[in-house]
Amino acid sequence: MADISTTASPGAIGRRTSLVRRPSGRSRFEAVIKALLFGAATVSIATTLAIVFSLLQETIAFFGDVPVGDYLFGTKWTPQFAGDQQSFGVLPLIWGTLYLTGIGLVVAIPVGVLSGIYLSEFAPRRVRKVVKPLLELLAGVPTIVFGYFALTFFTPEVLRGALGLDVNQFNALAAGIILGVLVVPTIATLVEDSMSAVPQSLREGAAGLGANKVQTAIRVVFPAALSGVVAALVLGASRAIGETVIILIAGGQTANLSINPTESYQSMAAFIAATSRGDIPTGSIEYETIFVVGMTLFVFTLLLNSVSIRLVRRYRQVYE
Amino acid sequence: MTGAQIAARAAGNAVIPRAAGGHRAFAALFRALMYGAIGVSALALVTLLYDVARDGLPKLSVDFLTSFPSRILPQTSGIQSAIYGTLWLMVVTAAIVVPLGIATALYLEEYADRRKWWNRFVEVNIQNLAAVPSVVYGILGLAFIVRGPLSLGRTVLAGGITLALLVLPVVIIVAREAIRAVPPSIREASLALGATQWQTIWKQVLPGSIAGIATGVILALSRAIGETAPLLVIGAAVNPRFNPDGLGSAFTALPIQIFAWTQDPNRDFVDLAAAAILVMMVVLLLMNSVAIFLRNRYEQKW
Amino acid sequence: MTEQRREAASAVEPAPAPAPGARPAPRDVIFDVDGINVHYGPHRAIRDVTLDVHLNEITALIGPSGCGKSTFIRCLNRMNDLIPSARVDGRVLYHGEDLYGAEIDPVQVRKRIGMVFQKPNPFPKSIYDNIAFGPRVIGMKGDTDEIVESALRRGALWDEVKDRLDANAFGMSGGQQQRLCIARALATDPDVLLMDEPCSALDPISTGRIEDLMIELKQDYSIVIVTHNMQQAARVSGMTAFFTVELHDEGRSRTGAVVEYGETDKIFTNPDDKRTEDYVTGKFG
Repeated sequence: MADISTTASPGAIGRRTSLVRRPSGRSRFEAVIKALLFGAATVSIATTLAIVFSLLQETIAFFGDVPVGDYLFGTKWTPQFAGDQQSFGVLPLIWGTLYLTGIGLVVAIPVGVLSGIYLSEFAPRRVRKVVKPLLELLAGVPTIVFGYFALTFFTPEVLRGALGLDVNQFNALAAGIILGVLVVPTIATLVEDSMSAVPQSLREGAAGLGANKVQTAIRVVFPAALSGVVAALVLGASRAIGETVIILIAGGQTANLSINPTESYQSMAAFIAATSRGDIPTGSIEYETIFVVGMTLFVFTLLLNSVSIRLVRRYRQVYE
Repeated sequence: MTGAQIAARAAGNAVIPRAAGGHRAFAALFRALMYGAIGVSALALVTLLYDVARDGLPKLSVDFLTSFPSRILPQTSGIQSAIYGTLWLMVVTAAIVVPLGIATALYLEEYADRRKWWNRFVEVNIQNLAAVPSVVYGILGLAFIVRGPLSLGRTVLAGGITLALLVLPVVIIVAREAIRAVPPSIREASLALGATQWQTIWKQVLPGSIAGIATGVILALSRAIGETAPLLVIGAAVNPRFNPDGLGSAFTALPIQIFAWTQDPNRDFVDLAAAAILVMMVVLLLMNSVAIFLRNRYEQKW
Repeated sequence: MTEQRREAASAVEPAPAPAPGARPAPRDVIFDVDGINVHYGPHRAIRDVTLDVHLNEITALIGPSGCGKSTFIRCLNRMNDLIPSARVDGRVLYHGEDLYGAEIDPVQVRKRIGMVFQKPNPFPKSIYDNIAFGPRVIGMKGDTDEIVESALRRGALWDEVKDRLDANAFGMSGGQQQRLCIARALATDPDVLLMDEPCSALDPISTGRIEDLMIELKQDYSIVIVTHNMQQAARVSGMTAFFTVELHDEGRSRTGAVVEYGETDKIFTNPDDKRTEDYVTGKFG
């Protein structure tokens, strides 16, 4: 066993007596810090619980008044009417959401994917310096500006004016297309990310076999990045489904179950924002409709996001 | 002649064959499609800005900035209450989201043992929250904050909390990235010298990541400024002729005012919405420029 | 039997004696390491390491890659604590006290046992603040300017930087940065310096300067150095431990262990174990 010797030079044992006892003040402080930080982290859990709880509570109350079957399978959504005109079938809202999202994706998927491929595989540095900020700018435009644009320019001057279409003032075509434009940056950025993550060696291998750049991009890089691309599309769809203001302003406020792009439609999110204007009485049936539709919307986006997260994790894992 | 040349001559080809015509045509078409895609985005942005500017510029004036909105006269309506409301909201939102977001990010990056399931659950939960539609946050605000347990009423505080919860996941994600950018070797050096974990965080990790965190916070706040749906749902005031005078005050915000004016049948009011949009976008541009400036000037390069 | 064997009482002079390796007088020992095993999760990284580190000596740990030298050295200042899945079994006595005792604070341990890393890792601050960081966080008493100057002098860096103490450390060359890191470690007044391949990222001239510095520091500090460079070990160290890697599970898992530990001269000229001889003569690794 080593013991204390008494050499005078620095670094020798004799300078110190006892060694390394734990000072309690410092470590209690560290423990408090850790607890505080953990507390902060639990706020996020509390938020989720609060969302789920508040949605669930009123949803259950709603189903006390309206049978589940009527809600899920009913084809008329007329909560504002009274008596036997009043109907709570949610299908028109779900359909409106999906229809508008569908129109949006018809625009956003080709534009977004092609933009992503271009940025990842083809764009020279100078062009990239312009295009990336362009997409970031587009991504940063608040949705209400898109809504304004759809209502005051796209419908009157593009659809009715330039294209001569006979559309309602509030119509699915305008809302859907502008919704697509909103989602393009989301899809483009994620597609670009996942394609850039594909190792250079694959591209070089293809080039060595005589493929040109387009063939390499489409047949080699794109399939390799497929799970990321699909994640991008799913995320874009989720964003479109949750979008409120564009549809509220430009899509109209009529729940509609047809397939006519010139007519007005209402999505789940738009219904919620249209109905809840802060002075709606708690406990009324209208109040409950906000929550049950909110719950439906929440479940939709939750499912889509779980899929997307899993896909992103998969493409990241492969290359990192 | 070389063997290759002989063989090529015999086969009727050039030594190095030209690409098949079909391949080249397709490649050209594909490139055209890509340029077209970029063009669509550019066109959309340009047209949008043009439309807003065309409708809104004529209505911009100092009076516009300093007047209160009127329900009857577009000529005397302005966005003073909306501007003040937005400012108040931003201060409250920032005051909540900055400490909460940084603290959560620090916990997840510096303290959490990733093998423990509850820490993984917190992470997944944040990712899910980031993707919840903003209107659902509005519902949360209505049921929990304006009414329900907190019962704060339709006040600035309620609005600020709602927006804070909305952008909290974004701030956490951005802060985590900034913290993660600090190399582990810096932490090791600090700890090996006898610093505690918190000393290491406070004196090395946070200073090294603060620029990235600040940039992210500003970007998150600029997103919050443009949010309409949650404020609609919790019941922001429409066309108020007063500014907020405290956390317990009713409020409006730029997006709400814009929305109200777009719903008006009078075209003059609709044009006011465009003018307000211009103001809002200038504010956003300023904030983004500050964020980019901070990042370029202060970002730590390791 | 190739590892250091512990005899209970009698001190035996280091010499070419029947038992391999040196057995020092008890008061010359600063680290008494007994049966250290380190696991990362289910995987055992090092097995049954037993040796004594001498006071005011430079002890080199050599061996091929992946044989646990870094893992072992990090046991000596409890840096393995930072890895959640790491488990250290066995005993390390530092001046006779159990380094892993229940009441021991690892933070206190690291004030006394300093470490220099393979890649220089100065803080993005001024030279002055780099050196002053350690003393400040541990609450060292004394005039900071003097502490900084003293550390820089001991690290043989003072003359080069005394006129630019507020220059950013990131602007220094690699060799200078590493000497800064050494001075920084010395600033908290430790009595041990652990060095994990300190020169492997540096050019030969910087390496030579650091080796000279180490020999100077030996008078006042005890140094343990992990090195891939056998010539370096032969040049600077008095005692050398040769680590090897044992493969298990058809090569899928590797565990490090000490083959032989003894006076550097003996290890390099007349080792007891054939594996040691093969390594130092360059037949493998």
